Amino acid sequence: MSISRRSFLGAAGLSALALAGKAALNARAQEPKPEPASADSGTRWALVIDPRKCLEAGDCTKCLDACHRAHNVPAINDRAHEVKWIWKERFEDAFPSLQTDYPPDALHDKPVMVLCNHCDNPPCVRVCPTQATWKRHDGIVMMDWHRCIGCRYCVAACPYGSRSFNWSDPRPSIARVNPEFPTRTKGVVEKCTLCEERLAKGERPACVEACPAKALVFGNLVDPDSEVRLLLRSRFTIRRKAELGTRPAIYYIV
Amino acid sequence: MHDRHVILLVLVLFLVLITTPIWYARAAGTTARGPEPKLPELEKACVMPVEYMRTSHMDLLMTWRDQVVRQNLRTWTSPGGKAYTISLTGTCLRCHASKADFCDRCHTYAGVTPYCWDCHVDPAPLHRSRP
Repeated sequence: MSISRRSFLGAAGLSALALAGKAALNARAQEPKPEPASADSGTRWALVIDPRKCLEAGDCTKCLDACHRAHNVPAINDRAHEVKWIWKERFEDAFPSLQTDYPPDALHDKPVMVLCNHCDNPPCVRVCPTQATWKRHDGIVMMDWHRCIGCRYCVAACPYGSRSFNWSDPRPSIARVNPEFPTRTKGVVEKCTLCEERLAKGERPACVEACPAKALVFGNLVDPDSEVRLLLRSRFTIRRKAELGTRPAIYYIV
Repeated sequence: MHDRHVILLVLVLFLVLITTPIWYARAAGTTARGPEPKLPELEKACVMPVEYMRTSHMDLLMTWRDQVVRQNLRTWTSPGGKAYTISLTGTCLRCHASKADFCDRCHTYAGVTPYCWDCHVDPAPLHRSRP
């Protein structure tokens, strides 16, 4: 049986196309899927924040101070270099997509506590090339500072500005170093870890513990009788930029 | 033999050069003896046998690091069955109270600069500076 040059080339081309198509399909099938809301582990840590209660306490900074002391967060005044774990954001800036021209007086222009949202679908985890940041089964978006190479992809990916890069050695900017917790070093990204080191000891996060107004409530979303679930059932809450599909675990009572 | 002084000069130069390591060590205050890390007075046994710790403590520390950070496992059981809380500053440095007198002595001798202390805090100087 003879085969013409024309039909041979045609068959070869079609085969190559089929092989390439199969490889592409395989690659798509192996793409990591966003982890579900950790229902399998029985624990999904979350925070419910009541900004009104927080505002009643006035210029209180106890949660900020407790967090910064516990985690050796440097105080850098330069906005380009500052390191943030938990901080105050203007209500309208914290919720830019609220789409109302008439926000309530109680919150309009007022500071709201913001921190890492420990998203169920964290964009920072998706982009990290070294798996220095990943999602734990209890919902915490964890960081391994040993593994961070300082590429700052996560800083760019996080829509909440919850990640900070250490442009210089942070130690000179730490007033009093807590030896129980490491500092970070130049060239590493850092953020709130929801006090996983305290949770391991059965303690609540430092900010929650320090709040005199009980404006921050911590608990397990999987447990239907937990304090956070009770609050979410009884009060109307919103999440920051939820329309992005990140599924944050920090809820705000409005 | 007109160049006797030249030969002597070169000979002296040669001797000085070849004995440089000795002079250098003298000037730097190092000795031919090995490093002498200061061992804890109260505790006699480390988490693993001395021979293992001497050669492979860094491997153990890496295992500890990965267990705590990546798997959230904070207790480690030694082959002898004793449980330890995994913590560099809390467990290691509780016995080896002085990083300068223990870690640094060998590391300086061996010329290695581990970057543990870029982030982890040596509590000793903090305690000393406190009133």
